[in-house]
Amino acid sequence: MSRLRGLAAAALAGSLLGSASCRDVRVIRVCADPNNLPFSNEAREGFENRIAALLAADRGARLEYTWWAQRRGFVRNTLQAGACDVVMGVPSGFEPTRTSRPYYRSTYVFAARRDRGARLASLDDPRLRELRIGVQMIGDDFANTPPAHALARRGLVRNVVGFPVYGDYSRPAPLSAIVDAVDRGDVDAAVVWGPAAGYFAKAAQHPLELTPVSPQGDSPALPFVFDISMGVRRGDAGLQAELDDFIGRRRADIDRILDDYGVPRIEGGR
Amino acid sequence: MAAAAAAVLAACQGQTLDTSPPASVRPLNGSLTASDPAQLQTDDGQWVMPAKNYSSTRFSGLNQITTANVSRLGVAWTFSTGMVAGHEAAPLVVGSTMFVVTPFPNIVYAFDLSRPGAPLKWQYDPKPLGASKGVACCDTVNRGAVYADGAIFFNTLDGRTIALDAATGQPRWITPLADINKGESMTMAPLVVKGKVLVGNSGGEFGVRGWLTALDAGSGSIAWRAYSTGPDKDVLIGPSFTPHYDGDRGKDLGMTTWPGEAWRTGGGTVWGWISYDPELNLLYYGTANPGPWNPDQRPGDNKWTAGIFARVPETGEARWFYQTSPHDLFDHDGVNEVVLANLAVDGQQRKVAMRADRNGLFYVLDRATGEVLSAAPFGYVNSNRGVDMKTGRLIEVKEKAPRLGVVVRDICPAAPGMKDWQPMSFSPQTGLVYIPHQNLCEDLETMTTSYIAGTPFVGASVVYKAGPGGNRGVVTAWNPVSAQPAWTIKEHFPVWSGTLVTAGDVLFYGTMDGWFKAVNAKSGEELWRFKCGSGIIGQPVSYRGPDGRQYVAVLAGVGGWAGAIVSADLDPRDATAGNGWGGALADLKDATTRGGMLYVFAIGGGQ
Repeated sequence: MSRLRGLAAAALAGSLLGSASCRDVRVIRVCADPNNLPFSNEAREGFENRIAALLAADRGARLEYTWWAQRRGFVRNTLQAGACDVVMGVPSGFEPTRTSRPYYRSTYVFAARRDRGARLASLDDPRLRELRIGVQMIGDDFANTPPAHALARRGLVRNVVGFPVYGDYSRPAPLSAIVDAVDRGDVDAAVVWGPAAGYFAKAAQHPLELTPVSPQGDSPALPFVFDISMGVRRGDAGLQAELDDFIGRRRADIDRILDDYGVPRIEGGR
Repeated sequence: MAAAAAAVLAACQGQTLDTSPPASVRPLNGSLTASDPAQLQTDDGQWVMPAKNYSSTRFSGLNQITTANVSRLGVAWTFSTGMVAGHEAAPLVVGSTMFVVTPFPNIVYAFDLSRPGAPLKWQYDPKPLGASKGVACCDTVNRGAVYADGAIFFNTLDGRTIALDAATGQPRWITPLADINKGESMTMAPLVVKGKVLVGNSGGEFGVRGWLTALDAGSGSIAWRAYSTGPDKDVLIGPSFTPHYDGDRGKDLGMTTWPGEAWRTGGGTVWGWISYDPELNLLYYGTANPGPWNPDQRPGDNKWTAGIFARVPETGEARWFYQTSPHDLFDHDGVNEVVLANLAVDGQQRKVAMRADRNGLFYVLDRATGEVLSAAPFGYVNSNRGVDMKTGRLIEVKEKAPRLGVVVRDICPAAPGMKDWQPMSFSPQTGLVYIPHQNLCEDLETMTTSYIAGTPFVGASVVYKAGPGGNRGVVTAWNPVSAQPAWTIKEHFPVWSGTLVTAGDVLFYGTMDGWFKAVNAKSGEELWRFKCGSGIIGQPVSYRGPDGRQYVAVLAGVGGWAGAIVSADLDPRDATAGNGWGGALADLKDATTRGGMLYVFAIGGGQ
């Protein structure tokens, strides 16, 4: 995209001048959810906000956001509509976008209260038949979250408590409901995507134990471990290359941010 | 009112209609004083609810436009709504005013039919929250408003029911009902019965819990709410609940036919149509599919989703329920309209409720009891073998059931069903039901890897394609007594508009590539067609203008679930775009473009 090449040239000029007030300063435009902690929010408190800020600083650019709830139509209405240029967190190879090299690899985890001693790790643990297990549910195209599928495959549905994947968007952290339920003891354990589990566990009243779900995948089609990349428009090879370079050089800084947010990571993601 | 009700029932019995309205219900020439929808529905000069009348026949008793003269139909006037989402609403005509509600942002326009070109009288913008677009599963449609008691009632996508003064457009009350933060929205047209405005929620794809709510028409306060899942007290099931089949009897089946607490996020929304029989004093409406789609997550019948409720309007208490798709496997929402008529079945006059279901069967039910009198496929069906007439249960075909990790091919009908929301009509003159519908099959894989960062980047595994014959749409004229088609018309694209049938024996419908067509209701012979600016997925209506002429009105503006590929500008190279429609309608973008326009036709056009 010629516009972006122009911006890259402008960014170079901007960094040489070392002045953010230069009127040619580059702008990096990020598409993000305004209410999706721990990933992002409008107050820029999420770890994706922090990594975006690191990216902007690294490139000597100013950061701008286009906010849109990450529901159906998010990519279409933001990235594809040209309103912004980067989505900070998508699974590697996410088909509607061109994805950067992965910058972390995380996993679904079992979250349980330490004082209850549930300490689950395996989806084949026989105690899953008796315990109340929280799991996020969606209802599109017969697809569902990988843990919801995995539990159903084992016939574990009667003691499963479903949490709508969107949570209650009128609350400041819609995704917290499932971990809150573990904290309160409403469920004995929950299967939660690692970054959300790690972040909300830090704020829980009771110490929570997080253990990666094993096996790591029920089948090639049903993994619990995902590489996470940044996404750009399919034709945007230049920006992708720039992101790849950033991720390679600033790995340690990115890792520090992920540590701050308690994001559980699995090796081999890069 | 009793006389009006009798007139409707007489019409249903197939007696010849006196098409000149009784003096008490003549067109109001500009006044908006008549109020009772039970009375107004019998006046063929007006069109005060989307389905025309409580029986939901969408039959106009007007007969100026006939099979002999319809070829001279021309445009009388038009109006651009300025919106590009799918236009599914029916225009309303009350006295000499027409009302139209648009898709999001749900603007209501009022037109003065007594003046040349029908200038705008007023418009009302409810300013719905933009975020509500994010919870609309299938385009940001609205299915219309309803008139009663001097007010226009309609729903906004962000979940409010609003009453406007019909003369001025000023709001009388606004009641927030659905919570977009929980994935709820509202797209259906309300119905007003005995001073109660009946509305339901949308959002079965978002882990919501379905409900029908009755509001006081005067104040907007909630009179009752009946959930589609959960304990009997929430579903308003009490001692007078007497379903016909054993499987529907028992305590708290809305909980016990679900695993654990899955009923709390179990769908069963109410986004379709409501009918009403004043004589039995029963409302009839359908409940949508259970959630989540994946049936492995919800063993059991999943009551009370994917079926029909009969309820008492005053209290909401349920009288009977019939489940068309127990433990729904295919997103076969049970929201399709219920058309009421009195038919001779096996030589006996029966009060029936008719339903062309998503699952491909045309049901004739006894509307007093919910007993199935007949259930026959009205298109190519291979996923069920009809209904066990003893138990009332759908007989499923095991090989076509979804299985984890397996691509099950050629399931017919596909998820949108043999027929979706698009309403059929019934002519008491021909005795035929006119069904606009699809001819689609699907390949279905139930296991798709979804990465969920708390929110779905939706993976998709459903691909729709044309059924046998290669045509994706059909209009079927169905004889509900013999349970056989009288004739069919094959259409290139799914027929996603409603049908309208008139006393002139003319049937009207629109196509997704923009043709508005008139055919002979007896033979299916095409008599007239007009190419509109965009594909048609709206509901045609007919009325008598202040000048005494018969008019036909319809909204063009392609979109909806089927047409989102155009209205939302999806990529047709992605076969799974738009929940599987991308592949089935990849060529729709070559045939039409988006844009809402109201078209009004009369013999000789705008002369």
